[in-house]
Amino acid sequence: MNEPILTVDHLVKRYDGTTVLNDLSFQVFQGEVIVIVGPSGCGKSTLLRCINALEPIQGGEIRLRGELISAESKNLSSLRQKIGMVFQSYDLFPHMTVLDNILLAPTKVQKRPKKEVTEEAQALLARVGLSEKAGQYPRQLSGGQKQRVAIVRALCMHPEILLFDEVTAALDPEMVREVLEVILDLAGQGRTMLIVTHEMQFARAIADRVMFLDGGTFVESGPPDSFFNAPQTLRARQFLQTFTFERKKSS
Amino acid sequence: MPDLGLDVLLKGKNLIRLLGGLGIALKISLISVALCIPLGILLGALMTWKNPLCQMILRLYLEFIRIMPQLVLLFLVYFGTTRAFGWNLSGELSAVIVFTLWGTAEMSDLVRGALESIPVHQYESAAALGLTWPQTYRYIILPQTVRRLIPLSINLITRMIKTTSLIVMIGVVEVLKVAQQIIEANRTSSPNAAFGVYLVVFLLYFLACWPISLLAKYLERKWR
Amino acid sequence: MSWEFIRTYLPLYQEAALLTVRIGFAGIGVSIVVGLLCMLVQHYRTPVLRWIVGAYIEVSRNTPLLIQLFFIYYGLPKIGIMTDAATCGVFGLAFLGGSYMAETFRSGIESIAPIQEESAYSLGLTRFQTMRYVILPQAFSVSVPAFMANVIFLLKETSVFSAISLMDLMFTAKDLIGLYAKTTESLFLLVVFYLLILLPVSLLGRLLERRLRYAGFGS
Repeated sequence: MNEPILTVDHLVKRYDGTTVLNDLSFQVFQGEVIVIVGPSGCGKSTLLRCINALEPIQGGEIRLRGELISAESKNLSSLRQKIGMVFQSYDLFPHMTVLDNILLAPTKVQKRPKKEVTEEAQALLARVGLSEKAGQYPRQLSGGQKQRVAIVRALCMHPEILLFDEVTAALDPEMVREVLEVILDLAGQGRTMLIVTHEMQFARAIADRVMFLDGGTFVESGPPDSFFNAPQTLRARQFLQTFTFERKKSS
Repeated sequence: MPDLGLDVLLKGKNLIRLLGGLGIALKISLISVALCIPLGILLGALMTWKNPLCQMILRLYLEFIRIMPQLVLLFLVYFGTTRAFGWNLSGELSAVIVFTLWGTAEMSDLVRGALESIPVHQYESAAALGLTWPQTYRYIILPQTVRRLIPLSINLITRMIKTTSLIVMIGVVEVLKVAQQIIEANRTSSPNAAFGVYLVVFLLYFLACWPISLLAKYLERKWR
Repeated sequence: MSWEFIRTYLPLYQEAALLTVRIGFAGIGVSIVVGLLCMLVQHYRTPVLRWIVGAYIEVSRNTPLLIQLFFIYYGLPKIGIMTDAATCGVFGLAFLGGSYMAETFRSGIESIAPIQEESAYSLGLTRFQTMRYVILPQAFSVSVPAFMANVIFLLKETSVFSAISLMDLMFTAKDLIGLYAKTTESLFLLVVFYLLILLPVSLLGRLLERRLRYAGFGS
């Protein structure tokens, strides 16, 4: 097997004495799509934020291709460039056009020529169906369009791994699909991704591996078919039941 | 240790006199605040009333009072009324008049802002629950308005106290005037008195305003 | 009303108004710099410095400018810190205005969702780049109404400069009232000149506020 891109080793994260993530270890390999599921407040988002060093950690270590990621890393900026992250929402810069949002980091951080990045940005925008929106401001876009732009913005940095933090959770139901289609497309291109989501059908379709996080630890993990069809643990079964309903009214 | 002139304050009744001067400033502030809060609430409520003439008059009043430096207003009332109406207002009375006019303008704007900041859906959901118009105000709108208003009104008190420092400029004997007199009287025995005495005046004002500001900040956080 | 008197003393008021405007805007300029520095110290929670800045803001906001000026102009020379009246006016105004500007900038920054800063960091922007390209441009436009209110407030506060014997508008008016007892004319000129200084600033503030509201970013 090849070298892992991301290694999380005995990670511990505490907030004022409460342990949010308790001794987590896992690896992500090139081209792998991992979906993390679990009840609200189980620490899924915190885990992604730790990987991007947006949260200080209290134990263990996180390595990207062997390089240590921590809030104190000297080369934090260059590490973060290799990790693309898309948040739940509201993360586009409202005072810049769509194109400027995408160009900011490649031109200012990576110092790439503007012309080259613009061409790439236009191509990526076309791929997610937003060619005509380049000159518009975020407020003129729908929630689903904004999230697609956020994905393009992350892609333009040529990240080695993409983190998606419940990117459809704040969207109206009819916009969820257009965003998930883009992510499915990325999986088809062989991108390495770590996805936190509540969309179980999507998780099933995209994941190479599903990891169930509850109470700060991975309770269960495995290929999507076995996880969704035959969960091994009681807690995973209870969690999956919250997505189905039984009719109470006798007909 | 250089002579900082603090000893002057321990001589005779100097410190008591200084505090008495501050007392006059505080008295004028408190009278003005007591007058301008009810007046401001009245005017603020009037401003939400959509009568064009009433709105125009109130706006003119508000704009003029708020754009003029308070010291100019003091001059207008103190010097101007003598000339125009032959009144011979004392400095203290002029100060109360000006600070009440000014405070009322500020307060009414705060009241208007607080009333307008209550979202429409609050009125709508009260109506949907079948509350009458007075009930809506009594139980829904006023409690929310008052919570927004109290910290701002308390802040107005500190602004008022700071503004009263201006009355020395129209000849009222208050803390700064007393300080000048003390420094003058001890010119030969304590040439550096200006440092110590003005420092104490500075601290006195700070001690008068700071606790009130802290209270306003505390309430603002608590009721946010 | 004696127009003759007004015509004679108009130049005196013009000069006084220029003094008010010059010292006022110089003081406001220094206030902006002080305010920005204080805001940065508070935003990044710089150790020790943030306590000093916090204390400065409380002291500055809870004392009147007149008392601050008296202390700087008459008190400080006794311990060897001498300044001329104009410099004292500029720094006195900046001592007061710095804290107001700092609070305005800080609340502008606080109104920007933390996710903006985080998504900039996650794109690899440094702290400086994040501040420069993402946070400040948004914070400034949020702060415009409060900023303009500060500018007007500080310009109004300059009216106490006569207390440190600067020949500003108040000084001129009081002087003429004392000398010639032409109260109506002196006060009329006083009000007119303050309106000439303050109305344009106030109108500009309103214009900017409206422009920003309509061209607002939304979210």
